[in-house]
Amino acid sequence: MLTTKPEPGSASDVDNAEPTPPATPDMDSPATTTFDVDAIRAQFPILGETVHGKPLVYLDSANTSQKPLSVIDAMDDYYRHSNGNIHRATHLLSERATKAYEGTRTKVARFINAPTAKSIVFTTGTTDGINLVAQSYGRMVLKPGDEVLLSWLEHHSNIVPWQIICEQTGATLRVAPINDRGEIEMAAFHALLSDRTRIVAIGHVSNALGTINPVREIIDAAHRRGAIVLLDGAQAVPHMVVDVEALDCDFYVFSSHKMFGPTGTGVLYGRHALLESMPPYRGGGDMIASVTFEKTAYNAVPYKFEAGTPNIAGVVGLGAAVDFFGTFDRVAAQRHEDDVLAYATARLREVPGTRIVGEAADKTGVLSFVIEGVHPHDVGTILDREGVAVRTGQHCAQPIMDRLCIAATIRASLAIYNTRADIDALITALHRVREVFV
Amino acid sequence: MSELTDLYQEVILDHNRRPRNFRIIDDASRKQEGYNPLCGDRLTVYATLDGDRITDVAFQGSGCAISKASASLMTEALKGKTVDEARALFDRFHDMVTSSTDQPAADLGKLSVLAGVREFPTRIKCASLAWHALKAAVADPLPGPVSTE
Repeated sequence: MLTTKPEPGSASDVDNAEPTPPATPDMDSPATTTFDVDAIRAQFPILGETVHGKPLVYLDSANTSQKPLSVIDAMDDYYRHSNGNIHRATHLLSERATKAYEGTRTKVARFINAPTAKSIVFTTGTTDGINLVAQSYGRMVLKPGDEVLLSWLEHHSNIVPWQIICEQTGATLRVAPINDRGEIEMAAFHALLSDRTRIVAIGHVSNALGTINPVREIIDAAHRRGAIVLLDGAQAVPHMVVDVEALDCDFYVFSSHKMFGPTGTGVLYGRHALLESMPPYRGGGDMIASVTFEKTAYNAVPYKFEAGTPNIAGVVGLGAAVDFFGTFDRVAAQRHEDDVLAYATARLREVPGTRIVGEAADKTGVLSFVIEGVHPHDVGTILDREGVAVRTGQHCAQPIMDRLCIAATIRASLAIYNTRADIDALITALHRVREVFV
Repeated sequence: MSELTDLYQEVILDHNRRPRNFRIIDDASRKQEGYNPLCGDRLTVYATLDGDRITDVAFQGSGCAISKASASLMTEALKGKTVDEARALFDRFHDMVTSSTDQPAADLGKLSVLAGVREFPTRIKCASLAWHALKAAVADPLPGPVSTE
């Protein structure tokens, strides 16, 4: 029961095929094809911070992105003026909260071009979405002898939930290998696909290496074998326009906090018919139509999967984050990010002793590297003292590290607010590392 | 930059480049792996006991400069000590690297070069990894692999 009236002129079901978000009052001026990174940066208050006396250079957005003022304000405003529980009360605050929450569902559906808002389930994040699909869909379909197919590029959150459900059902986990550049070996992937494959779960973009996987080819091949496909879109959504209809995927999961929204909130898109066929994942309030001790009737999709009071303020913040994507030209933004990544790649090659890890032909947002003779953890500490925030370690992707025979990497990851000047600061700080160590 | 040069003192850089007792003891009486999943540091500590005296101690593995230097310095400090003395030194070392930076660090001789990690909370686990492995290696009965996570 969608009770929302989110935006004037928009229905709860998204009926147009525009992949771009709806117009909001503060984006009346038409998007231009140039990208004004200074104007973007001005919207992120934290980028004005100093750390250890140095201006913050934030190169860890694949870990979590920073938040624009509009997201911070939306959550603040929600708690000041609209806080009430959703779907549950007759008072005005509950109505405001419900409208804001369900309005975000419609915005998200438009954002990823889902055919209906009923296909959008709010979760606590990508990890939660994958666990939901594994435990609900996986438990329903997997039998001994069935197979779940992943790749070596996966984040732990797209490995462990499948290991658990395979153990519970007697199904087998298969893993498509990668080459030294960090690309899935597609011939091997096709060879691993069989009539036993029931689920293919693949990252749209690798969090550790930035590889953009050939997901259309993967989806088409899986569908020909009768398998369904889940895409882990956590690292894709912040960088590219995602269209689940065009992708033709069955499930698509992502996190709010990597796309300029708050932590603790995420999205599971599922084909409506699939979601309808699936049993609930968690039981509780709001996911039921009626409860007696003899029999409980479940609520309709997507509410069936949203037991308990959700992270309402988080969803409101996610809605503001989706709106934020409507305030700039996404293609121009992507071009800007690609330019910064290409610049970073070229400048990094100038630093003696560095080696880039992950050189896929198709990459976005991530530059993983190692420095000969210096452990990534030491690099991270020195960069931090220079104001440069990166992630060092295994990036929740130990199998990739094992496959490429490295203990860990330094990962600089980008978002739309990064500039060539950020990369210059990184390179200067890397020279400082060499002063200390070499 | 003074905190950074406190952390990466020449002694630490030297032990990182040329770790002492960096070898496998084939017939070690005790052997224990230590692993820090956060950064991928993984090392194994070997100890040869004669009664309750540590007659030889060595380590192998990969890790950051702090974990490697700490392991190297530890092996130098512990050779010839009794198990009880080793445990007491573990406690004093642990106190030193986790103590408040408002207080002067305890004087542990050569090991005091690692007091600089107090300024870097994310690195304390690196400094203590080998020590945790050693403590487990001389424990009775032996526990499973140790992790600083």
